Amino acid sequence: MLLPFFQWCETLWLGQFVVGSLWLFPVIESVHLLALALLGGAIFIVDFRLLGLGLKDRDVSELARDARPWMIGALLAMILSGIPLFLSEPVKCYYSTAFWIKMTTLPIALAFAFTVRWRVALAEPVRGTARRQQLVGALSMALWFTVAAAGRWIGFS
Amino acid sequence: MSLLAYCEWLAATQGSIALHESMYMYPIVESTHVLALMLFVGFATILDLRLLGLILKRVPVSQVLERLLPWTIGGFVVMVITGVLLFYAIPVRTYQSIFFRAKVIFLILAGLNVWLFHTRIFTRIADWDHAIITPKAARRAGLASLILWGAIIVTGRMIAYNWFDCDIQPQPAFVNWAAGCVVPPPTP
Repeated sequence: MLLPFFQWCETLWLGQFVVGSLWLFPVIESVHLLALALLGGAIFIVDFRLLGLGLKDRDVSELARDARPWMIGALLAMILSGIPLFLSEPVKCYYSTAFWIKMTTLPIALAFAFTVRWRVALAEPVRGTARRQQLVGALSMALWFTVAAAGRWIGFS
Repeated sequence: MSLLAYCEWLAATQGSIALHESMYMYPIVESTHVLALMLFVGFATILDLRLLGLILKRVPVSQVLERLLPWTIGGFVVMVITGVLLFYAIPVRTYQSIFFRAKVIFLILAGLNVWLFHTRIFTRIADWDHAIITPKAARRAGLASLILWGAIIVTGRMIAYNWFDCDIQPQPAFVNWAAGCVVPPPTP
């Protein structure tokens, strides 16, 4: 049912422009990877802290506030570089299991980051929150690792 | 034995062939390399941004270093192990890749930068531990680290592309020299 949409995507100018160039795909891919490193840093300092690791002498809320603009910037760079990568091979993506795993976990990870995780990170450390914070940190890491690994795996299919 | 001969010997070993031909092991090692990158370069970036006074401004530099360094080193160890395995799977082509060679040079420079930071700059951290704007030398080290790790990521990713492979000839003389290609002299 979605296949015609993916086939239509393949006709778009941007994707064809990437396909027509020898260098463009690798260059955009590099930007995607550089942004991934920044995203990893901005997300994991908070997740580690939620797990009681890393910068554990600071408040979670302080780290979350400081990391937020970098996380959002990295996410924007990821999405802006991800779109032309996708448009250069939409039909291949359609038939890739890894692509669908990524497209399922990515919205979940995004929604989680801006709702539950953000609220838990800002909450004062009252009694009983420790376990919940650990759970949120572990879940966030697991989600983003899945998104990244599935993303890498698109290239193997 | 030359390095090339060593890589040729390595490529003929059972383990190298098994890894190279495996359906899942190679992608798993490659993915682990990328996940470790998120952690390791991610934390290194946070350290660099703190040195540049752009993030965690109220956190003393020494605290950021002390708390993140063990994880950064841990991530780096995973990167090295998976990286060595990736080389082991495809030794000759990787050894003769100009991107791999550039990456090694950038890695050495990044290591040098870390060493300079810890021996020259970090020793006087007490003077500026709480400063948002760190001394020029510390900022320079942070910026150099950002640029070098970025270059390492990009050249690392480019190893996968075969534009400058030795078995694709003719190549510019510079490429053949930099990649160490053994090219037979042109037949007249």
